[in-house]
Amino acid sequence: QCNPLNPLVLSEYLIHAFFCVMFLCAAEWLTLGLNMPLLAYHIWRYMSRPVMSGPGLYDPTTIMNADILAYCQKEGWCKLAFYLLAFFYYLYGMIYVLVSS
Amino acid sequence: MRYTFISVEMITAQQECTVPKEVYHKGPKVKEGMQYGDYVNNQASSAPTPLSSTSDDEEEEEEDEEAGVDSSSTTSSASPMPNSYDALEGGSYPDMLSSSASSPAPDPAPEPDPAPAPAPASSAPQPSKMTKPFGYGYPTLQPGYQNATAPPNSGVPPSSPGYSGFQPYAQQYPGMNQLSSGLGGLSLQSSPQPESLRPINLTQERNILPVTPVWAPVPNLNLDLKKLNCSPDSFRCTLTNIPQTQALLNKAKLPLGLLLHPFRDLTQLPVITSNTIVRCRSCRTYINPFVSFIDQRRWKCNLCYRVNDVPEEFMYNPLTRSYGEPHKRPEVQNSTVEFIASSDYMLRPPQPAVYLFVLDVSHNAVEAGYLTILCQSLLENLDKLPGDSRTRIGFMTFDSTIHFYNLQEGLSQPQMLIVSDIDDVFLPTPDSLLVNLYESKELIKDLLNALPNMFTNTRETHSALGPALQAAFKLMSPTGGRVSVFQTQLPSLGAGLLQSREDPNQRSSTKVVQHLGPATDFYKKLALDCSGQQTAVDLFLLSSQYSDLASLACMSKYSAGCIYYYPSFHYTHNPSQAEKLQKDLKRYLTRKIGFEAVMRIRCTKGLSMHTFHGNFFVRSTDLLSLANINPDAGFAVQLSIEENLTDTSLVCFQTALLYTSSKGERRIRVHTLCLPVVSSLADVYAGVDVQAAICLLANMAVDRSVSSSLSDARDALVNAVVDSLSAYGSMVSNLQHSALIAPSSLKLFPLYVLALLKQKAFRTGTSTRLDDRVYAMCQIKCQPLVHLMKMIHPNLYRIDRLTDEGAIHVNDKVVPQPPLQKLSAEKLTREGAFLMDCGSVFYIWIGKSCDNHFIEDVLGYPNFASIPQKMTHLPELDTLSSERARSFITWLRDNRPLSPILHVVKDESPAKTEFFQHLIEDRTEAAFSYYEFLLHIQHQICK
Repeated sequence: QCNPLNPLVLSEYLIHAFFCVMFLCAAEWLTLGLNMPLLAYHIWRYMSRPVMSGPGLYDPTTIMNADILAYCQKEGWCKLAFYLLAFFYYLYGMIYVLVSS
Repeated sequence: MRYTFISVEMITAQQECTVPKEVYHKGPKVKEGMQYGDYVNNQASSAPTPLSSTSDDEEEEEEDEEAGVDSSSTTSSASPMPNSYDALEGGSYPDMLSSSASSPAPDPAPEPDPAPAPAPASSAPQPSKMTKPFGYGYPTLQPGYQNATAPPNSGVPPSSPGYSGFQPYAQQYPGMNQLSSGLGGLSLQSSPQPESLRPINLTQERNILPVTPVWAPVPNLNLDLKKLNCSPDSFRCTLTNIPQTQALLNKAKLPLGLLLHPFRDLTQLPVITSNTIVRCRSCRTYINPFVSFIDQRRWKCNLCYRVNDVPEEFMYNPLTRSYGEPHKRPEVQNSTVEFIASSDYMLRPPQPAVYLFVLDVSHNAVEAGYLTILCQSLLENLDKLPGDSRTRIGFMTFDSTIHFYNLQEGLSQPQMLIVSDIDDVFLPTPDSLLVNLYESKELIKDLLNALPNMFTNTRETHSALGPALQAAFKLMSPTGGRVSVFQTQLPSLGAGLLQSREDPNQRSSTKVVQHLGPATDFYKKLALDCSGQQTAVDLFLLSSQYSDLASLACMSKYSAGCIYYYPSFHYTHNPSQAEKLQKDLKRYLTRKIGFEAVMRIRCTKGLSMHTFHGNFFVRSTDLLSLANINPDAGFAVQLSIEENLTDTSLVCFQTALLYTSSKGERRIRVHTLCLPVVSSLADVYAGVDVQAAICLLANMAVDRSVSSSLSDARDALVNAVVDSLSAYGSMVSNLQHSALIAPSSLKLFPLYVLALLKQKAFRTGTSTRLDDRVYAMCQIKCQPLVHLMKMIHPNLYRIDRLTDEGAIHVNDKVVPQPPLQKLSAEKLTREGAFLMDCGSVFYIWIGKSCDNHFIEDVLGYPNFASIPQKMTHLPELDTLSSERARSFITWLRDNRPLSPILHVVKDESPAKTEFFQHLIEDRTEAAFSYYEFLLHIQHQICK
């Protein structure tokens, strides 16, 4: 049930972490600061995941509980909004730099 | 002594199977493993028990049913008749017979329903008359109904088979609170203060526990609907008056949920064969007694309110052979029905019954000696295994290697095939390991006779459970079926090996109880794979040491199996456990079973399922996937109110269980429960079903203690009482803050919560082994309500003065009905003898100065001093008191999923602590007494 989903979790987290590292290299402190809470949340989320042998976060036996399902959905929407805003912010930042240089 | 005994066995074993076992490494070579000397074939295959639908009819049902049977049989022979209304589910299951005399389930007998007059032309359609009973005529009570002084039992269906016999008692104690709380619902509208709302000062009420068993409250519906409603044995709701909004529910601080026992053994069950199963077109609800017929041709779904057409076929009533009376069809007259499903309800052809036994044969297992008992009961019950001519069976054993048994017919003796490569398990001969039970019966019997002695000289202490389960999964995956695993120790080899996690010094710690969750997800993954292939894994754990049940139980939990646990099992040192295993096995092997099942729970628009409890896999938000379903499985569901229910006065819940019977038929069992909606807080409190609420809370607490911690769960339980009572207190305006007030419907709530806190699963401070605790939690999750209640709050009876007063008659036997006693040492007198019924164990406590007559007549010993310390049987003595005691105990034992073992406990014997820890109203070193608990709650409320 969660088989297609679980491998994507770790890759999402890694991509996000990669971005953070990139910002660190570029010394973009403001952007990095914006991303730090999410990074911390990701690390916490992955530490407190259910007992699993494979990678991933979602446990097929409990995912259908209304509480957990609602939580995961809300989490998904929030992150989508965050990524979208971040995307436009990065775009704006890039264009700003291009124009100003 | 023990050594010599074993060596003798070894010699005989060597004589019997002196054959080299061929170790089987990867490769195609298969050799015969062993030969059994001169084994005589015994032709024991008796005729299979007939499963006829007419032979075991109930007396009371006969009138109705025979009309139905007649009509269908005659008409169907004459013309191609689409409908046939089979009378009853046959009584081929032993426990159905035993309870048949006492269990009036959804009882149509007293009301002369549709049947007797088969007058086809007489009933012209009368729309007004017809729609009335099915419309929402609920709030207006019928005239003769308002001065409800009906005899207590008239509207109260007994909550468990056999309780009907309490009728005389009920009249004897007319002021019984519980009876009246059931009745309270009736007079709700007419009297200002219904009985179930009568405020009770808990701290001043000394005898809170009624002397009769607690019944389920009856929903406050009009008489027609009440009569049709589902039996509380199979379907109960924690609130029989559903609050209108979530806000109201939050205000009441009570859990809302359902408790289900969907596959219960029933004595009467209408089975419907029909070409079209009438269902709502949008929400797929099955037609049920609570739908409303708008006119002759249309019905309105009671769950989604869609108007549907009545199909042509449904217009004809096979029962009365009349046309144009869709509301008289059996589907609309019974809230529990079973349909024979057509091929639309199959994803594949119905599977045969397939049973695989996976047995631990390591040194530890052989030492415990369970194999003898298992093989013996299998031999006895081989012909009673549910199934048809396609039934298949197979055996595997494992220690550090895995042994398969080729039982293909035509072989002269069983072949043992050993696979020692446990890292990459494979099946040596995939098609001859699961064999047809009837074609290879002789070989199977040979094997079962030989198995107990084959491994007597084993030195292998390791156990490769994980690889054995992988092999079992591979073997079962083409068909699906049931895998029974017998395990006696911690798995120590291959995949899924476990380490000991229990620290014995922490057993009685009051702080943190760790390791309630699984250590590895190997067993869970395996269970999910099995569930996907319609295979259920049942676990029998017979161990003396810690074996990490928390991890092992996952294999049954998520594959819809069941878990049995026999701590410190040994066939000679612990004969009571051995006897228990034997009886449990008999029930396990012969009980009904359904394969490749799914269960869907639907409820009226506005309500939604929140969380499920039980052994299953949740496939979508309302669909449970059950690889196997057995009659002893219970489920619980938490509900939430999503939309306000302001525009309706009734809500309905429907569970549909689609399964393949052991005879290869696809069947659907449908239960429908109908409950009223109320808008005031007082009505919500009036309709609390305290037992259901406790069972749901227990389920929630188990989840909580696994996901967070045990102390959290305990706090949550106490808070549940505190919140609900303080909410009630603030509702009753004229409240003196000094008193602890509860409505009569909730008066047992604090007592039951205290009982839960002292239950093995949740107690702290008392030394509890981790496995025992986890097993108790598993039991809470999957036991049906009736049995769970006994586990939580045992029943105590005084049995040295049994009389025939108020006795009931079951199968020509007189069963005395002693009153219930409070679970407190103050009730135990030295002159008495008491029986405690804890669900899975009985204790008989004998007082020090108990009457010598009783001891002699019932126990068969001259005086108190001569009673032995370990006594697990009552002798069959030919005295009146002995007969009474025995018939009472047998009656209590009937219909239990786990057959209880009996312990006779002498006052002053060391086993006494076992007994006394169940006296939950008393104080222990680590826990409150009932009175202290009440004071504690009061303190919390006032804070």
